[in-house]
Amino acid sequence: MEGVRALLKGLATTLKILFRKPVTEQYPEVKRPLPARSRAVIILTRDPDGEERCVACYLCSAVCPVSCISMQSAEREDGRRYPRWFRINFARCIYCGLCEEACPTLAIQLTPHFETSQRDILKLVYEKEDLLVNHGGKNRDYNFYRHAGVTMVGDKGTHIDEQKPVDVKSNLP
Amino acid sequence: MILTWVLGLVFLVAKLSVVLILLLTCAAYLVWVERKLLGRMQARYGPNRAGRYGLLQPMVDVIKLITKEDTVPKGASKVIFLLAPGVVAFITLLIFAVVPFGRNITLWGRPVPLVITDLNIGLLFVLALSSISVYGIALGGWASNSKYSLLGGIRGAAQMISYEIPLGLSLVPVVMLARSFSLVEITHAQSGYPFILVQPVSFIIFLIAAVAEIKRIPFDLPEAENELGAGYHTEYSGMRFGLFFLGEYITMIILGSLVAIFFLGGWHGPFLPPILWFLVKVGVIVFALIWFRATFPRIRYDQLMNTGWKVLIPAALLNIIATGAFILAKS
Repeated sequence: MEGVRALLKGLATTLKILFRKPVTEQYPEVKRPLPARSRAVIILTRDPDGEERCVACYLCSAVCPVSCISMQSAEREDGRRYPRWFRINFARCIYCGLCEEACPTLAIQLTPHFETSQRDILKLVYEKEDLLVNHGGKNRDYNFYRHAGVTMVGDKGTHIDEQKPVDVKSNLP
Repeated sequence: MILTWVLGLVFLVAKLSVVLILLLTCAAYLVWVERKLLGRMQARYGPNRAGRYGLLQPMVDVIKLITKEDTVPKGASKVIFLLAPGVVAFITLLIFAVVPFGRNITLWGRPVPLVITDLNIGLLFVLALSSISVYGIALGGWASNSKYSLLGGIRGAAQMISYEIPLGLSLVPVVMLARSFSLVEITHAQSGYPFILVQPVSFIIFLIAAVAEIKRIPFDLPEAENELGAGYHTEYSGMRFGLFFLGEYITMIILGSLVAIFFLGGWHGPFLPPILWFLVKVGVIVFALIWFRATFPRIRYDQLMNTGWKVLIPAALLNIIATGAFILAKS
């Protein structure tokens, strides 16, 4: 008897749900806004001055577990480095986000935009002009050169969060 | 003389084709109905992309199945492997030959019985054919040369043979009440009241045994997806797999018709035309089958055997004795 009641209870539950509105989101028609930190297509951002952030240090390329990032570094006349060309093969990319973590200048970032499927696999190889955007991505105010202690922008000790250079001769024992 | 004979033949062929086409269409759309209902019972939508409300889904599925590659696994017993799904689909279609689905009608001055053939041993014919369809499962599973298929086939054979007995026994009281093996006569015997009112135990035993017989949840051990891949049809692809499925869905309709005929009074009913009553009753049973599928978990193998041999068969036997005593006492 107990068993029969349990069976009937189960039947009642499914019957009740039959008349409820389904919870499914109809994807192509309804697009749920994704979290800002969800990981999909990669972009190259610019700093607040409009310069490209990437300094072609190859860290992202080195850390990439599937080796889908390649670039060629170059140097401007004022000594600032930049990638001459920058290529990401999204057919190979696994969207792990390690490149973003490795990047010292916040140049390479993952975005929530994921609808990039193509019939032709070669169209998934993005060049620098496809990757470069005109904003700072997740951290728009960050400027690597104003933080780092290189003399390219301002002298030593004038950068944000930087201490004055220590006179090494003054702290001899 | 010869003209009447030819006319009769033409009528028969026409009736056969109409019933066959309707039955196949119903089976195809039953897949849609089942997926839709299952979806809604699980708070999903079910198919809704192909056509409005996914109504073209069955057609699209058939096209997909036909255009798929028809593979035969290495080491398979080829002839049996290729024949098995045909056996299943063919036999299930045959069962429908004795199912009466409406009162006799008159077309152009000729009486047309709404049944393919009124066999005087129709009930035995149904039971015999449903036993033969074990062959399709067992041979298909054995011929695939795959462990999963073999296990599925063995389970299918064991289960169907075990549940054949309560299935047959539960119909004995019906035959005793109707005093006939013919499905048409059994329907006629219920013009006053449906047999479910006097034989509720029989009805429950028949329903349980029949669900086991057509291998549906909660008795779908022969194709238990999470243990056996897909059971006896693991190795099948394309339209041969489709034939297994066609057979399964036609058996669903046939089970609905049989329950309607044996216990719910067939096409008898007030107000509505007979054929509509029949469809309504079949629909209710088919809905119940889908409802069970959405609700119940699969039972274990030993539980399956226990229910069959230790519960259903004794209950059916007692029910026969009780019915016999009752009929004797009344006369």
